[in-house]
Amino acid sequence: MKHREKISIIAGACLVLSLAASSFVLHRVDQLRPQAPLDEVLFLSSPKVIKRASLGYDGLMACIYWTRAVQYFGYRHHYEASSYNLLAPLLEITTHLDPHLVVAYEFGSSFLAPKPPFGAGQPKSAIDLMEYGIQNNPDNWRLYYDLGFVYYTELKDYKKAAETFARGSLVPNAHPFLKVIAAQMASHAGDYETAWTLWSETYKNTQDKLIKQNAFDHLRALRVDQDVDHLQAAVTRFGERTGRLPASMAELVAAEGLPGTPVDPDGHPYKLTPEGRIEVREPKDFPFATKGLPPGYKPLPTFDSPQP
Amino acid sequence: MRTRIAYIASNTFREAVRDRVLYNLIAFALLLSGAAILVGQISIEIEKLVVINLGLTAVSLFGVVIAIFIGIGLVSKEIEKRTLYTVLSRPVRRWEFIVGKFFGLAGTLVVNTFFMAIGVFAALFYISHKFVPADALILVALYFIVLEFLIICSLALLFSSFSSPLLSAVFAFSLFVIGSFAEDLRNFAGMAHGFTRWLATGAAYLVPNFSAFNVISSIAHEQPVAAQLVLQNTLYALFYAIMALSGAVLIFEYRDLK
Amino acid sequence: MPAIEILGLEKTYMVGFWRKRPKCALSPLQLTVEDGEIFGFLGPNGAGKTTTLKLLMGLVFPTAGTARILGREWTDPSVKAQIGFLPEQPYFYDYLTAHELLEYYGQLSGVPAKQRKPRVEQVLQQVGLRDVQGVQLRKFSKGMLQRVGIAQAILHNPRLVFFDEPMSGLDPMGRREVRDLMEQLKHEGKTVFFSTHILSDAEALCDRVAIIHKGELRGVGAIEDLTSSVQGKVEVIWQGSQVPASVKALGAECHVTGDRVRAIIDEHQQDAVIDALRRERQHLIAITPVRTSLEAYFVEKLRRAETTAGSTA
Repeated sequence: MKHREKISIIAGACLVLSLAASSFVLHRVDQLRPQAPLDEVLFLSSPKVIKRASLGYDGLMACIYWTRAVQYFGYRHHYEASSYNLLAPLLEITTHLDPHLVVAYEFGSSFLAPKPPFGAGQPKSAIDLMEYGIQNNPDNWRLYYDLGFVYYTELKDYKKAAETFARGSLVPNAHPFLKVIAAQMASHAGDYETAWTLWSETYKNTQDKLIKQNAFDHLRALRVDQDVDHLQAAVTRFGERTGRLPASMAELVAAEGLPGTPVDPDGHPYKLTPEGRIEVREPKDFPFATKGLPPGYKPLPTFDSPQP
Repeated sequence: MRTRIAYIASNTFREAVRDRVLYNLIAFALLLSGAAILVGQISIEIEKLVVINLGLTAVSLFGVVIAIFIGIGLVSKEIEKRTLYTVLSRPVRRWEFIVGKFFGLAGTLVVNTFFMAIGVFAALFYISHKFVPADALILVALYFIVLEFLIICSLALLFSSFSSPLLSAVFAFSLFVIGSFAEDLRNFAGMAHGFTRWLATGAAYLVPNFSAFNVISSIAHEQPVAAQLVLQNTLYALFYAIMALSGAVLIFEYRDLK
Repeated sequence: MPAIEILGLEKTYMVGFWRKRPKCALSPLQLTVEDGEIFGFLGPNGAGKTTTLKLLMGLVFPTAGTARILGREWTDPSVKAQIGFLPEQPYFYDYLTAHELLEYYGQLSGVPAKQRKPRVEQVLQQVGLRDVQGVQLRKFSKGMLQRVGIAQAILHNPRLVFFDEPMSGLDPMGRREVRDLMEQLKHEGKTVFFSTHILSDAEALCDRVAIIHKGELRGVGAIEDLTSSVQGKVEVIWQGSQVPASVKALGAECHVTGDRVRAIIDEHQQDAVIDALRRERQHLIAITPVRTSLEAYFVEKLRRAETTAGSTA
């Protein structure tokens, strides 16, 4: 049996070595073309073509494209990309293949509208996607919520937002708070409470990690904005009483009877500048904050604010 | 030793050539290239695009079918029909048999692809009336397709070494489909946790990764292909084929031929 | 040096859905085949004959035991160049012609290129297929395939040939030809090991035989020894239409056909019967010793095996 053993050892060694080698080469190939297969998406004529090519296995293809969409966004988001051209087409294909894949609409509403690097910066695509989703899932109140959300956060079109929330509240089994929010849009759209409610709802109700994180970041930013407003008001009161600016945060705290040194959601104390401005220690940690930023720090551009 | 492998390879090639199934498939593929011309005429701007896409896809798909059809005959059918007994009673080592068969089949597929490619180029010439340098990219796509075939052949041999003809065909075809989505499988593995992640990652590396070989759509748009990619793909195909063949040799070495 | 030495070769298959049940195809076999003899390996279908051959060819691996062929380990690849094998009901690449097949096999067996073509022609002539050598094998009848099988087995001039049921599928002419061929091989100094369940063939050809049943060896020996081990009887034929009383009195078995009587008597009664016939003035035609046929020996061995199996069961 000597011959057989010899061959077995050689074959076994070849097997193991070539497995290792092929895995290694595969890794290198990956590095060469990190997102290459998705470039195909740009070349394809339309979602209809893909649907036909799926030969009836729409559901599976939808899942595959959904995974690719998430991977695409996640990868680029990690590197703070300045464009997400393929996100809209990928989501369009996904939802075309499976119009009932609700999580895809959710994802689109969260990440298609915001400007880069937080999203694709295509609010129109987001609205189109959501309307398509609503058309195919008219009994899903969450989709109205997500659409209204886009109008509210990115476009600051409170009227349209109110309309959408109102539409959603008419859906049987809709969450009662939709009616409340619709009403609030009318007069208190700019209030912190409204924003806080909306973002908390999103945070609580989503399963997707990225969406949850996004909502959480917004909530943190809201907290900072609120804190800075309160503290800034305290500085103003101090100034009106004493006719000067507080020398330090400690003085302000003592004078205004604040409960302890004010800290931001990360536990870092707010700064009081010599010019009397309240600022966060690390603006980078609060990407969505609009207050408490050092002068010259570019706030997050929204669609109705002038471009810096 | 080497001459025996050569003899087995050339006999395998002869077998493939005389197998009438082969001709039907080639004819069909050529027909498809012709059909591409008709389809392309519906929309003039994308005529060339359709010819290249449809033509190359036909070459790829039909080649896979041929590779599997003939591949399963390699060992499974021989064992079933007992033609193997009189071969192995001669001074032929079992591993020489496997390797010879592989080269025979690979040779068949290369020749096959050559003829089908002529069909594609003929169709292209018919609609464009000339060739441009970018058309050379089609050769790269064809080269990658041939590399895919080599991997499929080696897998067909692997399954043939222990499985019946029908099951071997099923396994080989399944791996082709899964391999086309291998990148998605790896993405999925990246998003999973715990045992699932481990299992999915293992599967993703064992399964042949065909995603990097499919450049049909990009070369249809005249996107260049990196030379590095050509090298890496060649290496990958080489290592993968060696892996599958080693497995086949190992299994076959111990198999009782009942 | 013996041509084949089987030293305890054994094969047990695992059968059943979960492959857990052992099925013994061959019990440890101890057998020697001498150089230059025609050896018959006899047994009913399913006895283990083909299993033994496959083990020796390396097509199947033994559960235990070894063997030596032409003085070397049976797994030694160099042995293969010196042996030829004809499997049972052979099947060949049907897309090849007879000539192409033999060319291919010649290549694989290492027959030098210059000698290949003439040798192929010669062998085809020997098995009577020269006229159809350009015809694809898919068109061959069973008998023709059998001849191709024999051709490929002797093509490379091996010292030892293994035939598994070589007469199967052949008509009487074909069988005669194969028998002649085997005699020819022996004449050339080759050893022939063949398995069969047709005893008359074995009786006609073999120097020695082995009988195998249900995977076990039941008897080995030269034909004469095996068949004369049973009590000798004598056949007496004389002209007449009836049996004389004196012969009948001896208790002989008599048959009358036309004007001849045939009687089977015991050896020791021979003289008494001849005297009786002479007294009766019967015309004696022939006295022939009757050897037990191989068939009788075979059947008796098998029956004994069954009863011992039955009694031990």
